Amino acid sequence: MKKRWMLPFVLLFVLVLAACNGNGDDTAADTAADTTADTAAEATADTAADTTADTAADTTADTAADTTADTAADTTADTAADTTADTAAGSEEVIIGFTASQTGKQNVSSTGQVNGLQLWMDSVNAAGGIELSDGTIVTLKSVTYDDESNTDRVQELYTRLATEDDANFLISPYSSGLTAAAAVIAEQYGKVMITTGAASDSTYQQGLTTVYQAYTPASRYLTGALDLLQQTDPDVEKVAFVYENSKFSTGVVEAAKTYAESLGYEIVLFEGYDPDSTDFGPFINKIEASAPDAILGGGHFQDGSTFARQLAEKNIDVKFFTLLVAPPEPDFADLGQAALGVIGPSQWEKQATFTSESAAEAGLAWFGPTSTEFVDAYTGAYGGDEPSYHAAGGYAAGLILQQAILEADSTDPDAVKAALDGMDLLTFFGHIKFDTTEASHGLQIGHSMIYIQWQDDGGLMKQVVWPAEGATADVLYPKP
Amino acid sequence: MDFLLASLIDGLLLGFVYGIAAMGLTLIWGVMNVINLSHGPIIALGMFGVYYIFSALGIHPYLALIAVAAGGLLLGGLIYFVAVHRVIDAPHLSTLLATFSVNMIIIGLGTAAFSASPRNVDFTLGSFEIGSITILGTRLVAAILAMFVTGGLYLFLYKSRYGRYIRAVTDNRDAAELMGVPSVRILALSFGLGTMLAAISGGLIATFFPFTILAGGSYELKSFVVSVLGGLGNPVGALLAGLILGAIEGIIPTVLPTTWVPVLEFVLFILILLFRPQGLFKTKSS
Repeated sequence: MKKRWMLPFVLLFVLVLAACNGNGDDTAADTAADTTADTAAEATADTAADTTADTAADTTADTAADTTADTAADTTADTAADTTADTAAGSEEVIIGFTASQTGKQNVSSTGQVNGLQLWMDSVNAAGGIELSDGTIVTLKSVTYDDESNTDRVQELYTRLATEDDANFLISPYSSGLTAAAAVIAEQYGKVMITTGAASDSTYQQGLTTVYQAYTPASRYLTGALDLLQQTDPDVEKVAFVYENSKFSTGVVEAAKTYAESLGYEIVLFEGYDPDSTDFGPFINKIEASAPDAILGGGHFQDGSTFARQLAEKNIDVKFFTLLVAPPEPDFADLGQAALGVIGPSQWEKQATFTSESAAEAGLAWFGPTSTEFVDAYTGAYGGDEPSYHAAGGYAAGLILQQAILEADSTDPDAVKAALDGMDLLTFFGHIKFDTTEASHGLQIGHSMIYIQWQDDGGLMKQVVWPAEGATADVLYPKP
Repeated sequence: MDFLLASLIDGLLLGFVYGIAAMGLTLIWGVMNVINLSHGPIIALGMFGVYYIFSALGIHPYLALIAVAAGGLLLGGLIYFVAVHRVIDAPHLSTLLATFSVNMIIIGLGTAAFSASPRNVDFTLGSFEIGSITILGTRLVAAILAMFVTGGLYLFLYKSRYGRYIRAVTDNRDAAELMGVPSVRILALSFGLGTMLAAISGGLIATFFPFTILAGGSYELKSFVVSVLGGLGNPVGALLAGLILGAIEGIIPTVLPTTWVPVLEFVLFILILLFRPQGLFKTKSS
């Protein structure tokens, strides 16, 4: 009887455990609300204090002017001289705030992104900082925390970055989900944030004004793969979409599905899986039953590489296999033969050949290092590790900010924002231009994806297979 | 219908592994009425054990399992003496909290040592085909090993002196002590066996799924469902219930989106608690 009585205990603790495993959205909302309230209160207090001080100063100044004009004039002159001297002599330290997923499921991609960003910061500081026209040298200082790949932590930490740490500019965390949480905070505190590693369109379609996207948005992630498929084999009819149930992946596949239907493909399977999935057996059996010619989908690194591995182990005969995010990562090669023939959209590859000449041809401004210079600097800084596109994205986010500060000739947020709105730039990462309409302000409209495939040239290596003008090899079709 | 059969076989093979994970949980409950909330992290440690022995020392994963099993047994004994022994006669909440603390300690240390990045044991036995059904080698071997482990546990419990002691302590600890059974050592041994089973299941899972130090949590939840389904304290029931859960996981996705799997699993869990709390398979002792 005692044992039976204990069963509710088991139930209780299982539910507690289940709750711990969940995203804890309620908690997130609560925390955000609390933090906001606190901060707002502080801000109000600060402003009040400032206003009082200002008014007091004004009053004093007025009185001084009335009484002895000479003294007042002297004081003003002195103060002005002091201020100018301070600014001209030196330097202004700008705080760049961001979080890194040092732990949790976004760890691999986030580490690359943060390494890239850090490299940009180090190279700017090593070159003596960013010099403005009045001689001010802007140096960079990073403030960063581990967000544990967790939305709650992102909200807490970006609030902290914006308030306690007084960050001048923010860079997004990695992944669309985390960035969506950070973007709201950035907007709330009026901080300019360059997002990288965050492709989901919807973040930029909610009326934000201070958030700018470096990546090609999700809605254009897989459309090129469908173009490639159609050009390679016009006879293909059946396409399956299997994707992670996350903000980013669903955004990608829904746009791709619409596009596939417009091209006349039959969608034989369209199904999502839980982000924590490790067993793709049920999907693979479904795929086998629906016999598609092409599979598109995936999500992030861990699930994508697992999916590719299990698909290969099950010997599924499919001609064309495109996964999001995972294939361009150098670690994807650890899958061995399972990686062969897998195609993936990439924001950037080191073979990409954007140069100052191609910028001139396209009538765009050129800024920053070439791909080769970036790769050399990166491998030098990180013990020979090759940069992934996440790393390039991190560096590019920095470049965008740097160019905006130069263009604005100031670190004033409004001036930088105006410079970003007007930006039309070519970097080693590609074309950068932001949507400035109210409906989707900050959405990237200049950059576009390239598609890589793992091929065997005496060892697995990535080749660019699309777009045709940038291709380094023909597509391996059908997939072995 | 091939599709259904293939999914069912995949699920059943996985079910054997769920079965031995749950056996570990249910054994500890059966012997000492302790719900071991450090079960999940120990499964994860089993995964990391196989991963490091294989990738750092190059030892075959199935041989690595032997070391992982021995490590699990010792770790279980250690956890018993450090965390459980002093509160074994205290109210149930104390042992729950004690093992939950161990859970937090392992996860904390594990995250510091291994980070939370995904790992993958780069090992495959390929696959083979029966008719139109493809079976993965690693899953088949895992199922066979799980059967051996179950058989071994059964022989140990029913044919060895220590097994008899364990059963005696399960039935009535006071009476067993009066008969000269060293109950403290037997409790430590049982706890060790429970964690050993958890570690073995983790090691087997590592041969076919990627994992992180946090990956044990979902298998712990499955172990709860399986244990309740099979009847808490009933190791053989746990294996059968593991197969049922595996079959459910295999078959549901053929008719519904896979996101429904956990929903239906936990609905089943609550139904069993409400209508048949002693589990589907009755224990001998109850």
